[in-house]
Amino acid sequence: MRIFDPHIHMTSRTTDDYEAMHAAGVRAVVEPSFWLGQPRTAPASFLDYFDSLLGWEPFRAAQYGIAHHCTLALNPKEANDPRCAPVLDELPRYLVKDRVVAVGEIGYDSMTPAEDTALARQLQLAADHGLPALVHTPHRDKLAGLRRTLDAVRESALPPDRVLVDHLNETTVKEAKDSGCWLGFSVYPDTKMDEERMVAILRAYGPDRVLVNSAADWGRSDPLKTRKVGDLMLAEGFTEDDVDRVLWRNPVAFYGLSGRLVLDVPDTGATHEGSSILRGGE
Amino acid sequence: MTHRHPAPDTPVARPAHTPPDELRTRLHARLDEAARSWLDRALTEAAAHPGTHGPISAWELRLAEAGRRCGPAHADAARVLVLHAARADTAALTRVYRQGTADERRAVLHALPHLVADAGALPLVEDALRTNDTRLLAAAVGPYAARHLDTHAWRHAVLKCLFTGVPVAEAADLPRRARGDAELARMLGDYAAERTAAGRPVPDDLYRVLTLTGAATPPHTTDDPHGKES
Repeated sequence: MRIFDPHIHMTSRTTDDYEAMHAAGVRAVVEPSFWLGQPRTAPASFLDYFDSLLGWEPFRAAQYGIAHHCTLALNPKEANDPRCAPVLDELPRYLVKDRVVAVGEIGYDSMTPAEDTALARQLQLAADHGLPALVHTPHRDKLAGLRRTLDAVRESALPPDRVLVDHLNETTVKEAKDSGCWLGFSVYPDTKMDEERMVAILRAYGPDRVLVNSAADWGRSDPLKTRKVGDLMLAEGFTEDDVDRVLWRNPVAFYGLSGRLVLDVPDTGATHEGSSILRGGE
Repeated sequence: MTHRHPAPDTPVARPAHTPPDELRTRLHARLDEAARSWLDRALTEAAAHPGTHGPISAWELRLAEAGRRCGPAHADAARVLVLHAARADTAALTRVYRQGTADERRAVLHALPHLVADAGALPLVEDALRTNDTRLLAAAVGPYAARHLDTHAWRHAVLKCLFTGVPVAEAADLPRRARGDAELARMLGDYAAERTAAGRPVPDDLYRVLTLTGAATPPHTTDDPHGKES
């Protein structure tokens, strides 16, 4: 089973996770820039984070045979902090970089005017840079949040078939599907979706334009949830082709819209198997 | 076997050591028609409009997209050529490095010997040597570092190569700089002793460098890298 996790925050994960992910079949990941749990207070903190998503993290991933790409943006939560918002002015020079395959995560957290502004500006940045957009939907007041998100997309220069609406569930999937956007589902140990509900949604709505991710981060989460969904799909009668479509071909098609997806694991150059992050004696 | 038509995905070797004209000829032979004409346009544009214009100069945009235009295998060579065509000085190289991806930073390091005559760009080399990214480390110990790094920093760069598994063959001008360096020999000997005390193998490269210093070389048996620097 080849797996592309289209939304995972590897910066928050260990090399054990990379190892286990590779063993489970993960060969490609996209890491969206997001909130780090601890609020940032200056654009410079974002720039260091972006540099890490374009430098050290793809290097780490390559040690484990995993191709790493990223999406860059000012996330919805921190869009509300006037100390952070100026990072929007820095984004254009980052959005031209190799391995940036979308603008994201953008979207709504508390649905404030500041979030409206950041979302509209970043949808425009995506259109200007030939990039698709990864749009987070809020945890609280989710259906209203989805509707407001889809309105913002309709008002933007970005066509819905270049937008991935993420963190969907039973209450939001139908309207998201009707909008023509790509459909993202985050499978979590406790919150968001679980494997059984995911398979039920796939049965009801089909695999077209559906992406499944672990959204694993610094919180309670599981980077192997993609594989667990694939296993349950097979157990429940989906074909291997269905699994490949959801867990590989759909994310490849969506992020491939950027024209920047390189799925060969980059040659990390001087070392074999990444000695530099192995401890002595291994 | 001749190499008139190199494999399209084989990078041009040693971009820091290859004169830019030759680099361009060799890169051309590896690119398809679309990439070749993109490169020619990018280099003409960079030569016509060097320097800084607005928030991001045209040649800096070309630098950013070189990997997807020419293919990842040829990104280093293409970027070195763009930097050279734009006659990037230390200030421009520093900005590009600071704002760059790991790949762009590596290209800046490769371009240093072609573009900077004095030691003014050493802070970029020192930055790269502080990282744990072996791609940056390997590019940092090129001809520019061999020319300008002071003795202490250069010895630590060699030791870092051994720690992180960067082949010491990447270190430019190694035989000249290592010759007669008793302090480097001591550092290598201490590192070998530390590895041995821990029951860990000593990398073959360590003995290669030790031989270059001219110090007496202890016998060795194993080769397996290495460690982590954090």
